[in-house]
Parts: sequence; C-alpha cells; structure tokens
Amino acid sequence: MRFYEYESRRIVERAAIPVTKYGFCTTAAEARAAAEEIGGPVVIKSQVLTGGRMKAGGVRFADTPEQAERDAAEVLELEINGHMPRGVLVDPKAQVAQEYYAGVVWDGTRKQPMLLFSDMGGIDIEEVAASHPDHVGRGHISNLLPISDFQAKRVIAQTGVSGSELNRATPILARLARLMRECDMTLAEINPLARLADGSFVALDAHMEMENEAKPRQKALLEELGIDSDEAREPYEPSEFERNVKAIDSADHRGVIQGKDHGFEGNLGLVIGAGGGSLTLTDAVRSQGGRPANYTEIGGNPSVAKACGLAKEVLRKDGVEKIAVMMSIVSNTRVDIVARGVIKACLELDKDPGETIAIFRIPGAWEEEGFKILERYGVEYCDRSVSMWEAAGRAVARIQTPAASSSKTPGAAGSVEGS
Amino acid sequence: MSILLSEDFTFMVQGITGREAVNLTRECLDYGSKVVGGVTPGRKGREVHGVPVFDTVEQVTEAVGYVPNGSVVTVPPAFTKDAVFEAIEGGIELIVIVTERIPRRDVAEMVELAGMRGARIIGPNCLGVIVPGISKMGGIGGPAKDAAKSYAPGPVGVMSRSGGMTTEISSSLTAAGLGVSTAVSIGGDAIIGSTYAELMPLFEADAETEAIVIYTEPGGRMEAQLAEWVSENQSRLPIVAFMAGRFMDDEEMKGMSFGHAGTIVEGKEDTATEKIARLEASGIPVIERIDEIPDAVKDKLGATV
Repeated sequence: MRFYEYESRRIVERAAIPVTKYGFCTTAAEARAAAEEIGGPVVIKSQVLTGGRMKAGGVRFADTPEQAERDAAEVLELEINGHMPRGVLVDPKAQVAQEYYAGVVWDGTRKQPMLLFSDMGGIDIEEVAASHPDHVGRGHISNLLPISDFQAKRVIAQTGVSGSELNRATPILARLARLMRECDMTLAEINPLARLADGSFVALDAHMEMENEAKPRQKALLEELGIDSDEAREPYEPSEFERNVKAIDSADHRGVIQGKDHGFEGNLGLVIGAGGGSLTLTDAVRSQGGRPANYTEIGGNPSVAKACGLAKEVLRKDGVEKIAVMMSIVSNTRVDIVARGVIKACLELDKDPGETIAIFRIPGAWEEEGFKILERYGVEYCDRSVSMWEAAGRAVARIQTPAASSSKTPGAAGSVEGS
Repeated sequence: MSILLSEDFTFMVQGITGREAVNLTRECLDYGSKVVGGVTPGRKGREVHGVPVFDTVEQVTEAVGYVPNGSVVTVPPAFTKDAVFEAIEGGIELIVIVTERIPRRDVAEMVELAGMRGARIIGPNCLGVIVPGISKMGGIGGPAKDAAKSYAPGPVGVMSRSGGMTTEISSSLTAAGLGVSTAVSIGGDAIIGSTYAELMPLFEADAETEAIVIYTEPGGRMEAQLAEWVSENQSRLPIVAFMAGRFMDDEEMKGMSFGHAGTIVEGKEDTATEKIARLEASGIPVIERIDEIPDAVKDKLGATV
C-alpha cells in the first residue's frame, strides 16, 4: 500500500527524521493560511498517488500567501494521470545547499533489506545508478540483528561523503532503515534529502509503501495516520464489477474468488483459476486473438453460490457474449461445484448454458460428476488431455465464428477428446 | 534418486489439527509418506488419521526417538514465524511453509535463521514437494490417487512459482511419457526460502534428473538469478522455461499484481519481457504455449544424448 507524500512525511517525522514545517490542506483557503504561517516563498505540491506531478503542473512555487491560494485552487482541480488530488502540501521553499538520496528497499535475491545512499539526490535513483555508479552506496542489513548506525555510515562513506555531512546523514539513514523494518515497508525513500545552508539535513520528499500483508499488525500506525483499514489504494478506482466480485467473495467464507477488469475491454468473459492458471489462460486467450473482458481467479473450493455469483458478474459485463470456464488441474476446488455454479448463473440470466459457456476446462477433483452435469446442459467440456492453450483456443474460435456457436461441430460438444 | 525427499524421509505437520492440515496429512499418508507426528499447541494427546499430536516440536522428537527430517508448517500467518523458528531450533532440516499472506519481513527472518542453522525452507505460499511414487510433503498433487495420475517417475525436475501449475506441467510431462524426478512448488511470494538457482545444485547432483522445467511469472529477480547461475556454472542440465502473465506488461496493467503476491512488478527488470530476454540470453528457451513444454524437453534431451 502506497502512502501519500503528506503521510510519508508524518511517518519519517515520527521516526525522528527532520522534515520542514509543512501543511496538508484540502482547500485553497487552508493553503493560504499555511503559507502565512510558514512565511516567505512556498511550494504547493499536489497529493496524488502517481508520479509525474512536476511535468503535469502539480507542483507550483508561490512567493506570497495570495499566490499560494491561487495556485492551490488550481492544483486541487488538476487531474494527474487519472487521479484527482486528495489535497495539497504547502512546504517552505528550502535554501538547499545539496540534495541527496536515502532509501531502503528489499533485495529479493539476498532476502535482506538493502540500504541505498547517493550524493546525487532529486532524480531517480535507478538513473543515477546507471549513469554514475560511483555515486551510489549500497549495503545489506541482517533481518535478525539490531540495525547499527555504522551500517548506514559505511554505505554513505562509499559515495565519498565525509566530514560533518557524513555524521549528520548517518543517523537519518539508520533511522530510515529501522522504520522500514518496524513499519513493514517494502520501500522507504527520502528523495531529496536536503542539506540546508546551515548544514542541517531535512527530508524534502518521502515515498513509503507498506506491505499489504502487514496491514493488520500495523493497525495502530494506520489509525494514527487516519487511514481506514478498508481503503484499497489501488493504482486506479475499482470498477463496479470489481466491487461486486469482492462483495460476493466476502459474503461467503468458502473458497476465494477475485475479479479485475481494469484494462480489459473484450467480449469473452473469463471465469478462470487458480493463481498461475489464470495468468497462463489469460495469455493463451490473448495470444490466440481472443479479447478477454476481464480477469478472475477461483481457488480454495468455492460454494455453488460463489461460483454462480462470479459467473453472473462476468456475464453482466457490457460486451460479454460468452464465458470460458477454465482452470489448471484442481485438487482442492471441486469441478462439479464450479460446473453447477456457472450453469446456474446462465439459467438465472435466461441464457442457454450450451451457447453461453464457450468451453469448460477444469480437470481434477470430482471431474466425472462435473462432466455429467455439463453434458446434461450441452456444455462443451474437456479434461486434462486438452491443454490449457488448446482450451483457450477453442473458446476464442467459438466467439469469433458465429456459425460455430449456433451449429456445433459434430463430436466436439460434450465429448472428452483423447479419453 | 531424487532431491529433498527419499523413501526413509520422515516429517511432522505443524498446525496438524487445522482443516487443510488434516486433509494434507491424509493425502501424504495415503501416498506413502512417513508422517511421524503433529503439533498443535494445547492439543497434545489427540490423533489425526493415526498421527499423534503434541504441544511442541521437542515432544515429537522425544516420542519418536529421533529428530524428524522435515516439517510441513500450515498455521495462520501471524503465528508462522514462531512455528518455523521452533522447527529450526528443534533441528528440523527441511521446512515446507504452506501458509500464504505472511509479511515479507517475517519470511526474511525465517530464511536468515534457517541459513544460520543449516536448514532449508521451501515456500511460503506453496504446495510442497513430491517425488513420484516415493513420497510427497504437502498438498501437492492433491489426494494420493490424483497425485498418481499427474506424477509418474521420470527424468524431469520441475520448479514452479505456482502450486497448481506444478501439477498441470507435471501431468503433461507424465502424459508425454517423460515423467518427473522431483517437483517443487517453490511458492508465489516475493521472498521465498529456495529459489530456482538455490535448488539447481541439488538437481545437478541428482543422477535421475536429466532436464529441468521451470514455471515463472513477472515480479522479482529469481529468473535473473537463475540465468546468472546457469552462465556461471557448467550445468549438465538443459532447462526449459514457461512464462505466464505476459499480459501484465501492458501499459494499463502497470502497478497491479495478479495471481500471486510476488507478481508485483517493482522495477524494470521484473517484467515478463525483460525476464524472457535474460533467460534466453543464458540459453534457456522460454516457451509461449504451455502444451509445447514436453516436446521442448524431448528436444533438449535428444540434444544431450
């Protein structure tokens, strides 16, 4: 879960990392008051969960409170990459002597957090690493031992930074590493970390991301920041389909279903599973010229009602003509239950299951029982002898050639090929 | 031969009285695995399909008279780290973590402690390990009769970030007459106990294994690590890779994760396109059609003869 800049500021501040005196405002009048309190020139920054603020005009410099008010009014109305800002941050325009980068990220290969520091701040660290590798210091920290300041010092010293700069930056990077661990962040960055004219260091911007799995145990922090535990913080607003599938899933503890349709606009509804199976099948449909209307994941043996609810949501989507019901070989999920669910969905929506279900390919537990039901309703199905690629191809063929959907190929419907 | 498990391999199940664990214990016993004990704190004295339940790992060891080789951990995410620490400190050498949704920090702590004590972790968020016809450790392949249908003994080692796809791929290898030496569901999380590259030396040393198939997804650097391993080591084993989730490279899908927690793309190198390029550059073909895996393996095996 990504945090807004104003929240990230608060997170670093409570870890005793100095920040400038800032104000988070949701109205232009508040921004004016914040600018008055700060005194002198200020920066107005749009609070959105997306990059490219500067380019989009979401960052303004104002010399007077009046200008701050005008700028804030504009920025508050400015949509950036499809996101409306939640507010603006009003920050004093700092007298910066030099900008640095301080960050802590996970290194999945080493399976340890990695400290990063650069004396070239304000720009993307990956860019610096590529163009000026000698200006980036790195060091891993143990997951089990306490984090010591010397570990931060060593990383900073690699970039050639010495003197009082080194001694002032060291505790900041060490504190950032401790907060990353304690708050279950997947990413904790201060960029830029600024050295001001008087030699002191302040975090001018911070970027924090918390692992979703850790949200339950970070409840106190989230409450302190005023974040509702249900707040999804997806990179986009969830659609009606996504909200409905989520509601069906949480209404029944048996099995898990998930649905997404952001970025999908096709005519073939996918009722598919499980994790890896869904990825494989979505690719297989697209590679063979199919246009998926959505993405789903079925797992953990859902009830008939849940499978039915999911299939109905997919069938109700605009532009969906048929659904393909497919999974990799299942051992936990029962084939017959999913078969009942999807047939029920068709019938309840007054659709012929044999016409609506382009293909049913779920091999595994209780398949004989499932296939019997499918046969009764004239649904084309197949077992493991038909690969996931081929099953996806058949679904695509049925939706692309209208003739195939009205007159079934002899032997294809209801047969189990190869067995 | 095989990797990780053998005929005499013994293990316990931590969290054995949970619903999923009860099923898993049944499946493993039916398959011929030696499940010698179970742990659920406060449930000492019970039995699960004839397997005695204890309060602590230490009690299992005392009761059976030796330290079992492994443990399958299937306890809720908030308690997993403690259970795994208990297993490691109890001298267990192979730990399969089934639990999903464990915070990364906990996983990293478990893995680091395992490294210090010479233990190995498979998972989390995985279905375990199977050596066809010999033993299975975890829910991999499902009930014994289903597992027998999908997994026949053979020369191919399988490693997969998806539990279900481990069985799907193994089933296609079995149907093609090839079969599997050992299949490992390595787990779908961003940080896991054993990556492809970390398991490669074991397969390398296994006389029965003649080729490797990996199932992979976007997210993380595990494939880059394998590509490096292959380039740095003169491996005798040809590898065939399958990459799912290519659609995630689309602009509209940016920042989203699908399927497994580990598919979250956190950097340029994590995308499907980039991974395919890296694997292919190290001589590992990346197959686009899942049904072409058996033939690709046969090609490779033919080439090594």
